[in-house]
Amino acid sequence: MSFQILLNLFLAFLWMFLSSNYSLSRFIIGYLLGLLVIIALRKFFKTNLYIDRVWAVIKLIVLFIKELILANVSVLTLVIKPKLALKPAIFKYNTQLTEDWEITLLSSLITLTPGTVVVHVSDDSKSLFIHVIDSNDIDETIDSIKYSFEKAILEVSRS
Amino acid sequence: MTILANILIVFFIVAGLVFIVVSAIGLFRLPDLYTRTHAASKSSTLGVMCILIGVFLHFWLIKDHFNPSILLGVLFLFITGPVGGHIMSRSSYIAGIKPWSGTVRDDLKDEIERMKKEQNIKE
Repeated sequence: MSFQILLNLFLAFLWMFLSSNYSLSRFIIGYLLGLLVIIALRKFFKTNLYIDRVWAVIKLIVLFIKELILANVSVLTLVIKPKLALKPAIFKYNTQLTEDWEITLLSSLITLTPGTVVVHVSDDSKSLFIHVIDSNDIDETIDSIKYSFEKAILEVSRS
Repeated sequence: MTILANILIVFFIVAGLVFIVVSAIGLFRLPDLYTRTHAASKSSTLGVMCILIGVFLHFWLIKDHFNPSILLGVLFLFITGPVGGHIMSRSSYIAGIKPWSGTVRDDLKDEIERMKKEQNIKE
């Protein structure tokens, strides 16, 4: 992947030298043309295109911001309500992620989602212990973690 | 144009203020440490971030001064806020603070007992 980025930078500099115009706009034009060349030659690379991974990272950031705002609105309604309707629980969630940075990212995503805080990560880092503030919909929470966050993180690391 | 910019700035700063006030109320009203972590780790993060973005937009759009260190502050808050909540709740669970009596299910208790037995730590 880093090889593709270096190649793209090299093609951009090549374009600048070919047109003997050393300005930022030339560099950007050369970079975009190099990107087109790399997309055209994608069969010859062993790994996937790096632009796929960049796109997955952008999707993950958008998901992060959306979940942060939703979490705050839910805390707001919970705290403002005259009668506290709490049913806290701590449950175990088995994750399929293996790398350390993936688990760190997943747990900070979970902490910023509505109604969940990660309390403990087990020694073999295969399961997370999550404190949930409203235990009526634990299954729903697990589903939303599994199908939105883990999928987004897997897209970043596997693509 | 200035009016639009001012509306945006006021919106961000008021939203941040509301979130910070809500997290303070949450710290008072919620029953135990673990539920208070929810209020403290989420609302205050987003509240301070909103206020910083409002300040950034004010200096950028009104005073015409682009200040990237405020954006870096937003980024660092974004990274460190949830980690702080996690560490506080984890260390207090291991130190033996019991969750609120209304807690329905507790999978962590067995895990911590097993860990303590493995490392030969007495209560």
